[in-house]
Amino acid sequence: MLKIDNLTANVGDTQILKGISLNVNAGEVHAIMGPNGSGKSTLAQVIAGHPGYEVTGGTVTYEGRNLLEMDAELRAQAGIFLAFQYPVEIPGVSNAYFLRAAYNEVHKARGEEEVDPMEFLDLMTQKLKIVEMDEAMLQRSVNFGFSGGEKKRNEILQMAVLEPQLAILDETDSGLDIDALRIVAEGVNKLKRPDRATIVVTHYQRLLNYIVPDFVHVLAQGRIVRSGGPELALELEARGYDWLLEPAEATA
Amino acid sequence: MSPNVTYRSLFDAANDSSAREWLPRLKAAAIAQFETVGFPTTRDEDWHFTSVSPIAERTFRPVRPAASTLTAASLAPFTCERDDWHLLVFVNGRFEPALSSFAQLDVEAQVMTFSEALKEAPELLAERLGALAPAAQAFTALNTAFMADGVVIHVPQDVVLDTPVHILYVADAHAANASQHPRTLVIADRGARLTLIETFASIGGASYFTNHVAEVMVGDGARVDHYKVQREGANAFHVGTTQATQGRDSVYHAFSFAIGAQLSRTNVYSKLLGPNAEVRLNGLYALEEAQHADHQTFVEHIAPGCSSRELYKGILDGTSHGVFNGKVYVHPEAQQTDGKQTNHTLLLGEGARVDTKPQLEIFADDVKCTHGATVGRMDEMALFYLKSRGIGGERARALLTYAFAADVLELIELEPLKVALEALLFERFIPPDAA
Repeated sequence: MLKIDNLTANVGDTQILKGISLNVNAGEVHAIMGPNGSGKSTLAQVIAGHPGYEVTGGTVTYEGRNLLEMDAELRAQAGIFLAFQYPVEIPGVSNAYFLRAAYNEVHKARGEEEVDPMEFLDLMTQKLKIVEMDEAMLQRSVNFGFSGGEKKRNEILQMAVLEPQLAILDETDSGLDIDALRIVAEGVNKLKRPDRATIVVTHYQRLLNYIVPDFVHVLAQGRIVRSGGPELALELEARGYDWLLEPAEATA
Repeated sequence: MSPNVTYRSLFDAANDSSAREWLPRLKAAAIAQFETVGFPTTRDEDWHFTSVSPIAERTFRPVRPAASTLTAASLAPFTCERDDWHLLVFVNGRFEPALSSFAQLDVEAQVMTFSEALKEAPELLAERLGALAPAAQAFTALNTAFMADGVVIHVPQDVVLDTPVHILYVADAHAANASQHPRTLVIADRGARLTLIETFASIGGASYFTNHVAEVMVGDGARVDHYKVQREGANAFHVGTTQATQGRDSVYHAFSFAIGAQLSRTNVYSKLLGPNAEVRLNGLYALEEAQHADHQTFVEHIAPGCSSRELYKGILDGTSHGVFNGKVYVHPEAQQTDGKQTNHTLLLGEGARVDTKPQLEIFADDVKCTHGATVGRMDEMALFYLKSRGIGGERARALLTYAFAADVLELIELEPLKVALEALLFERFIPPDAA
């Protein structure tokens, strides 16, 4: 589904990603872990098409298409979804309007029918249950004045509405209490299907108790320094990141 | 010939300056005043950012009366689809009874055209017309000299006129190169309530000049909601001045929505004469191409304990130019004044320009007055967020533009008007296939 080969990317003159290679197949859950500043979020945002990063080398292929040539909205329409680490507040646009606009754009791109507000409300009633959110959330402005937990749940709600092929969760667990974490993780699990894939970007192992990965990759200083199965996450929890950092620094 | 002299000769051709009745005298004094002051220039502090030379360099003779060919259907886009509102239609400055419907007032109030008022309530008109908006300023003088028709609304004590009154001024091809000078006089007595909408619109692309003056007297405990929708044609010029006075415990809410005209100036002035009065002046202007829109407000806190709230927002695309000049003047007696003034601008066009000038002049010591202004461009993070949800460039931009305006539109308490203006704004920024 997603094939990343020797990807390098900059912010301004600073190189953040220094040659990332990663294969994600349908049905798989990949966890990308690593210390702060390792480039985890950058990788997530580059896949989503954030204009603030300059890709300087390598390739990213998504379902046979050159992802790097696609605008962010085309990537979303093709089934890529990024749950933001810091969801953006948009005062003046209601959540309901925003969700329906996104839903219609994505479905239009697939050659499917748009839905009217009434049909959409029925759909929302089901989706809200997934993240245990109240209907009142729909009338509020997008993320505006939401608590940290509400913002993260709203991200998963959007994911539930858009049903992406490839979902990337960028530190979705940060700032969540244990109940919110459970709701968010269960939401993600409910959306899993053999034809879909998930990339979970996280600093801590905690979220991976709920969303069990098939593969764990450790990112440090812009490179993947170790890949393994779910047991690698537990080892990181016990030993921290330092034992992996040193060899990376030695070769830098 | 200088423009002042030109307008004098146009005036003399149409008026008998030796007439002794109050109205000819008022008009004669006004044209004399106009001759004295002339059109303002950018050397005048109040006109520093707006050059009226495109108006001053041409002669817009008052539009000549002609039978209107407009139908109710052609006015439908301007009436918020409300046929239950009182509607007064002026075409090229002349009242059109066939297109209007306001006779059946359900309460004891008067809604009259000038010609009716001259017959039915001549004393009221003679006493009040020009009392609030003296012809000291050039454009007000010009309006007073050339006003051909207008509306007088009198809501007596404790009468609530529930049904909004909508005055619609339409200019069509017949107004080309001409001027219209409509006049509005509103008197809300003690405890009265009124909602008034004034819409300026055009059919066709004529270049004409609208010069409007409204005088609004808000009595003790009265409330007037006054909405102005300026959607003149793209080649039009518009100057509008509203002067209000407010009694004790009164509320005056003026909202200016401006998307039309190549050059427009909207003055909104209120004098807070009685204690604990409240004035709210709000506005939204959305400009494109080379449009220029200037809003000037002047709130004069004369009595103690009054509050003033102003929120004006501008959306400037293309090479348009938005101006906001807001003055709050607090007299020494006006203790416990509470004033807040805000102006926000969203710059969309690379060549767009804004001049914002909030001014506070405070001569009392126990007051709370603040003002703030921001100028910004589209929020790139919000844009990326929308794109990452599949909402593409143009549509994302339009949605964020609309969102910028949302909070000021929320201040419109007349729901059908709010919906209509939201739709107008949407139309402007969202391509039809995406909406």
